[in-house]
Amino acid sequence: MAYWEPIRELDEAHLVQPASKLREVTHEIARITENRAPRGWWICFLLASAFAGIFVLCVSYLFWRGVGVWGNTSPVYWAWDITNFVWWVGIGHAGTLISAILFIFRQRWRTAINRFAEAMTIFAVICALIFPSIHVGRPWLMFYVFPIPNQMTLWPNFKSPLLWDVFAVSTYFTVSLLFWYTGLIPDLATLRDRSINPWRQKIYGFFALGWRGSNRHWQNYERAYLILAGISTPLVLSVHSVVSMDFATSVIPGWHTTIFPPYFVAGAIFSGFAMVETVLLIARTVFKLHRVVLMRHLELMNKFLLLTSLLVGYAYGMEFFIAWYSGDEYEMAHFLHNRPMGPYWWAWAWMMSCNVLVPQIYWFKKMRTNLAVMFVVSILVNIGMWFERFVIIVLSLNRDFLPSAWGLFRPTIIDVGTFTGTIGVFFTLFLLFMRWLPMVSMTEVKGTMPQADPHRHAEDEGEHDPVKIPDQERLPAAAAGALVPEGAE
Amino acid sequence: MEARPTSRRRTPSIILAEYKSAHDVLHAAEKVRDAGYVRWDTHTPFPVHGMDRAMGLRDSRLGWIVIVFALTGLTGAFAMMHWMNGVDYPTVVGDKPPGAPQTLPSMVPILFELTILLSAFGAVLGMFHLNRLPRHHHPVFESDRFRLASDDRFFISIEADDPKFDVDKTPALLAGAHAANVEVIEEDVS
Repeated sequence: MAYWEPIRELDEAHLVQPASKLREVTHEIARITENRAPRGWWICFLLASAFAGIFVLCVSYLFWRGVGVWGNTSPVYWAWDITNFVWWVGIGHAGTLISAILFIFRQRWRTAINRFAEAMTIFAVICALIFPSIHVGRPWLMFYVFPIPNQMTLWPNFKSPLLWDVFAVSTYFTVSLLFWYTGLIPDLATLRDRSINPWRQKIYGFFALGWRGSNRHWQNYERAYLILAGISTPLVLSVHSVVSMDFATSVIPGWHTTIFPPYFVAGAIFSGFAMVETVLLIARTVFKLHRVVLMRHLELMNKFLLLTSLLVGYAYGMEFFIAWYSGDEYEMAHFLHNRPMGPYWWAWAWMMSCNVLVPQIYWFKKMRTNLAVMFVVSILVNIGMWFERFVIIVLSLNRDFLPSAWGLFRPTIIDVGTFTGTIGVFFTLFLLFMRWLPMVSMTEVKGTMPQADPHRHAEDEGEHDPVKIPDQERLPAAAAGALVPEGAE
Repeated sequence: MEARPTSRRRTPSIILAEYKSAHDVLHAAEKVRDAGYVRWDTHTPFPVHGMDRAMGLRDSRLGWIVIVFALTGLTGAFAMMHWMNGVDYPTVVGDKPPGAPQTLPSMVPILFELTILLSAFGAVLGMFHLNRLPRHHHPVFESDRFRLASDDRFFISIEADDPKFDVDKTPALLAGAHAANVEVIEEDVS
């Protein structure tokens, strides 16, 4: 069977309705960047940029006064800043998983969401990179982490996991950006060719690099895309593994665990899928993308959430078991007492209920296909995953070996403002992306359509002349019952 | 298209044939290949499955470029870490003698990351190099219909400097292969 045909035995359907025309796909996606922004976009944008403004204020105050404006204190020197860093890096991981790993496994449903998820990776990693940079106390000395000659004739210590992190996260950001841009080139050419405004044509044309859809180009382009997907796959697994080594190479109970690398990667993908879903549901409603992002895609993502939730739950269970099985009194005190019954028991309870209990409702198809349920669950999972990092970082530091050195961490208003501010930065960047760049890969969606099959005849193709498709004439919602009618949200 | 001054002498630079479906363009490409043309191309809104064979193209050479970049990243990362921590300013961390083989495991993460980083640059820049991009000007952009090549139309272009090119026979070949439209793009001769 040809690879573009759905496998009937598996109950697969075409990604886009067989009746859709190639031109409709172009129109459906490109129109978002061409028409006026809907009111929903402006509401979201103003809200997001207000939070981004709070971020700027908080960071300015931090630079003015120093890291004392945060709640970090002995013995909890890593607190919200590193929690936020790990959380944001983790969110980015789902983007690479969708764009690279699902590409290699030929999961063609990813075409509806991959551009989106890649953009999410880039913006999440930008938010992540902010935190270690502002956490160093003297941000103007950040360049010490790079192997460049400095006035002290010192080189970085390449045996430090913190330095591995610098290389891992910056490589991750660069490779994600290259991957994203490579995927965008043919779509930028489409926007260039459709533009009426000469400025649009010049700007999109500049970034499209003169792409002309040549098959001699496609050949190298597809190979480049495959290689990028191939190298991104081990890269994404390495990044959160290296992040986890920041903790795992220390001796603190709660951090000194060999399970950390795979456990962090599973958690990263879990939270990332939840964030993709949150953003996707907003975009789908605001820009009415019901015909491209089908309920089937959302349901598949919910299955992924369920799977990764089970992986994360397994890791939690293993931590408990090993703490008991090791017989180490410090490990037992941490996992069996401080986490569930210590002063931060509520953080542990949030983590457990949001990450392990809540996603279990996805065993039911009714829940997997309910938009309101998945929006709430996706946010709860993100809250739960934030608390997971909080539990790992703050709960391990606040009570280690010596009870005389125990202490509590209390966040300040600046902590809260900086964190919620980065959420504003993230959504501001995202909304700008949605407005000015094609948020679904037109090229890839067309490649999964029946028309892409060169063995199919063309009798039922559309008119020769360009037709403007009025909004009312759009095809009715896709595969029967699988989709909520337009405007029902 | 705007009218150009007629005083200049104009000569065909490229022939552009438009097709309505992936099916049509694939079979037309097979005919062009069999007719022995070499300086020609197809333009499609997405990569058409089987087109490489229909055009008789060899496999992409991009992998060779990437492996060179990857090995450069790997050896460069090793040289950097060994020289900085082992030779120029020897540092003892974790009781490992500077520059000794025991320091190798701690180098693995950065060896890996820089290999990946350079491979990614190799893949993207190598692709641009093989495709000779960016190239913002090309004769096919002279056609008003060509903008549909990024939407839902499929094109074949044959350049006038192809040894087999013939002002009458080439358009006839393309039209004979079910082209929806054939146009000759001309350029000024200086």
